[in-house]
Amino acid sequence: MAHHSHEPQVTVLPPNKEKIKKLWTVAGILGAVTGVEFIIAFTMGHGPAKTALFVILTIVKAGYIVGEFMHLKYEVKVLFWAILIPTLFIIWMLVAFVYEGMKMPVFQ
Amino acid sequence: MAHSTATVEHGKSVWDGGVSPMGVSYGKLMMWFFLLSDAFTFSGLLITYGLVRSSHPAFTGVPEAFTFSAEYWPVPEKVFEAVPFLHGYSLPLVFVGIMTFILIMSSVTMVLAVEAGHRMDRKAVEKWMLWTIIGGLTFLGCQAWEWTHFIVGTDTPTLVKEFANGQWITKEVTGASLKINQYGPQPFADFFFFITGFHGFHVFSGVMLNFLIYYNAVTGVYDRRGHYEMVEKVGLYWHFVDLVWVFVFTFFYLV
Repeated sequence: MAHHSHEPQVTVLPPNKEKIKKLWTVAGILGAVTGVEFIIAFTMGHGPAKTALFVILTIVKAGYIVGEFMHLKYEVKVLFWAILIPTLFIIWMLVAFVYEGMKMPVFQ
Repeated sequence: MAHSTATVEHGKSVWDGGVSPMGVSYGKLMMWFFLLSDAFTFSGLLITYGLVRSSHPAFTGVPEAFTFSAEYWPVPEKVFEAVPFLHGYSLPLVFVGIMTFILIMSSVTMVLAVEAGHRMDRKAVEKWMLWTIIGGLTFLGCQAWEWTHFIVGTDTPTLVKEFANGQWITKEVTGASLKINQYGPQPFADFFFFITGFHGFHVFSGVMLNFLIYYNAVTGVYDRRGHYEMVEKVGLYWHFVDLVWVFVFTFFYLV
């Protein structure tokens, strides 16, 4: 390649150790929560309590991924709520459809 | 970003133009709204799964007595218990656990690439993007194996009733297709193909986008541009793919 005289002068900053440490901590939490889910999967009998526990742990993981990895926790409040509030519709959809499913006759 | 620190003129609202009220660039904002709409698509798939599943009877016996039958919805850990190279061993959910771990790790390497981008560290961006691509490809490989196993089936066939040539016949079935399967009611296999397939296609697209970003970083596009914001935008997409997997893992494999 020919020499580029207009090649930009880039100043590389040193790694942000504190931030990187925090990211690995979040990764550790995600792994640990998944581990807990595994333990629950094999020690608890099937039922509403087990399902509820799985849903709570999944929301915890989702919170860490969206809040920390996707950085939403640190964005401007109006963006934070613009993303979060519409997801309420998903909760409504879930409740409505699963309730409807339980009332439906069996497919056979 | 410089634009988020711009001050608003006296007597004007932050929404009157000239500043970014949400504090992010247009591209990043649109990525967020795209991901929100994609979240609705995946919710539609997973909630429909919930609807159809809750309209079928659940298996009520002890776990040891479980057998595949079209009469009730299968227990997922009895379906997904195979691991490559360990044929014949019952290792419920182990392989899916490995896949979850791979995707979480590739999310970490992605966020490290974003951090490196903030520092204009091209070498570190290249390194972490490459790890992210490897993680994505490994996940896709695992999924290919998982699908193959699901399609081929177990060693012992299940007796399935089928309506053929005007009458009900009972036949031995191994594996699964969109028409017949050995694991349980037909929608179970159909949802498996649609939900994990749609997610897998997202992973595939993500790997393509990650490779594009990697290529651009290597060729110095972002150094010339003066910022690595594209890494952040594609990073958002990649984390979202991981996020969806967290939900698929819970609602398809665990519950």
